[in-house]
Amino acid sequence: MKQKIFVFLNAIGIFAALLLLWQLVIWLGHVPPFMLPSPWRVFRVIAERFSSLAESFEITATAATFGLLGSIVVGVAIALIFAQSRWVRRMFYPYTLLLQTVPIVAIAPLILMWVGAGWGAVTLIAFIICLAPIIANTTQGLISVDENLIHLFLMHNASRGQLLLKLRLRHAVPSLFVGIRISAGIAVIGAITGELFAGSTSVGRGGLGYSIIYALQQLQTDYLFALIVAATVLGFLFYFVVSFFEWYFLHKWHESARTPEVE
Amino acid sequence: MRGDAASQFSREYAVPQVELSSVSKQYGNGRAILDSLTLSIAKGEFVSLVGPSGCGKSTILKLVSGLSPTTAGEIHVDGMSPENARETMSFIFQEATLLPWRTVRQNVGLGLELERVPRERRHAKVNSLLDLVGLSHVGEAYPRELSGGMKMRVSIARALATGPRLLLMDEPFAALDEISRDRLNEELLRLREEQKWTVIFVTHSVAEAVFLSTRIVVLASDPGRIHADVAVDLAYPRTAELRASPAYEQKVIEISRLLRDARSLAESGA
Ligand SMILES: Nc1ncnc2c1ncn2[C@@H]1O[C@H](COP(=O)(O)OP(=O)(O)OP(=O)(O)O)[C@@H](O)[C@H]1O
Ligand SMILES: [Mg+2]
Repeated sequence: MKQKIFVFLNAIGIFAALLLLWQLVIWLGHVPPFMLPSPWRVFRVIAERFSSLAESFEITATAATFGLLGSIVVGVAIALIFAQSRWVRRMFYPYTLLLQTVPIVAIAPLILMWVGAGWGAVTLIAFIICLAPIIANTTQGLISVDENLIHLFLMHNASRGQLLLKLRLRHAVPSLFVGIRISAGIAVIGAITGELFAGSTSVGRGGLGYSIIYALQQLQTDYLFALIVAATVLGFLFYFVVSFFEWYFLHKWHESARTPEVE
Repeated sequence: MRGDAASQFSREYAVPQVELSSVSKQYGNGRAILDSLTLSIAKGEFVSLVGPSGCGKSTILKLVSGLSPTTAGEIHVDGMSPENARETMSFIFQEATLLPWRTVRQNVGLGLELERVPRERRHAKVNSLLDLVGLSHVGEAYPRELSGGMKMRVSIARALATGPRLLLMDEPFAALDEISRDRLNEELLRLREEQKWTVIFVTHSVAEAVFLSTRIVVLASDPGRIHADVAVDLAYPRTAELRASPAYEQKVIEISRLLRDARSLAESGA
């Protein structure tokens, strides 16, 4: 317990020191507020414009959530197809790599052109960017089942369905979560990137990405900082929610979720 | 196919339970692993296969269970093809191969579940098996919480759940320390007294083979073939005391010598 308090105080201390450093840079360098607002100003603008901040937060969170959920559903479905045969994997796996390597900023304008500005385009961009890690990790989990376990199932004349549901899919859950954890991080990035291009259909109101552009144009640097804080909080939130589900599903049996006895 | 009187008769009295006739095996276009191997095993025998590493012991078990097809020759189990006879067999692997996301109880019930045995019957069977292997107190534990010996007991309970008449065991106790191994050997024989299965048992330990078996088949490698086929005429029930008896030690020495011969045969390229 004592140790926990110590760690907590440490974290607070480092945070305070960083804020102080930030303030010092402003004082010593005579940086004007439109270039770098003081921490205090950022706090104040967060409080003052909390409702519009919360609205942007919600819009971005929704797009990222649906993008991520969609990618999980579609990604697992594709992984199931890939797991059926080596031949299918050879044919189509390279295209998932393509999905991963194509820079999303490059195709965002295209998507904007095809589906039009607004939440649809943003969700689609988040979805696309999330897809590859889900497919890759789930496929890996589905095909890396110990041969003896497959033999065990075959000895009991298990059907294809039983092999899939009771063995392969269950075995793939930890790998699926590895994919989800990666995708959860980039879902937020994807949604914000999407919003930079295709954020809103009405002037002045939109998700975090859209508002960042808007604040920049208006030279509202303090609000811009508030938006960055909100984006960071959203990223953390995603991470914690996913970690919770991972813990919930795996802690009873999986090695990764075991509390280490030696550090 | 299983029920009619004629085949029942032939299975019980005339045909050996496991019969390999001139079986050869080759993986793909590789070298011959087994060459024209003939072996027949009668109901109730406990046959150990010993031989140099890579001589094809595991392969024999995979052929008998139909997990891998023969290249030439025929195998019959209970007069049937291996695939058709699967429900009469259970396979026990070197590692316990438990499903880590299932509790001990759920692991033991796996085979029954796959064979769609109704829940109540399954529960009753699992309970009695956990009693049998002395694991009732850890029924709700997950495999990672168990010791190696306990995992192996779970694996054995799971194999016994479907009521097999033939057990195929591939170095089941190889990963255990000597004390657990001896204990499990004794337990295995105690269970066999009650359940009378036929066993094909692969091991690298001559002492273990002698302690357990009614018969030991020594294999030579490249290609795998039978080097010696020796009866172990020590009376059952066999207990821990047997390990100190001269007859037992004599047998261990005899088999060890045969195994050495088989090995040097392989090295001299014969
Ligand atoms: N799936 C496979 N594909 C190709 N070769 C194989 C395969 N399985 C086994 N072999 C080869 O067949 C030979 C016999 O293997 P097997 O596993 O039956 O030996 P073993 O007697 O059980 O050996 P050990 O005592 O080390 O377990 C080995 O040389 C091995 O390399
Ligand atoms: Mg082997």
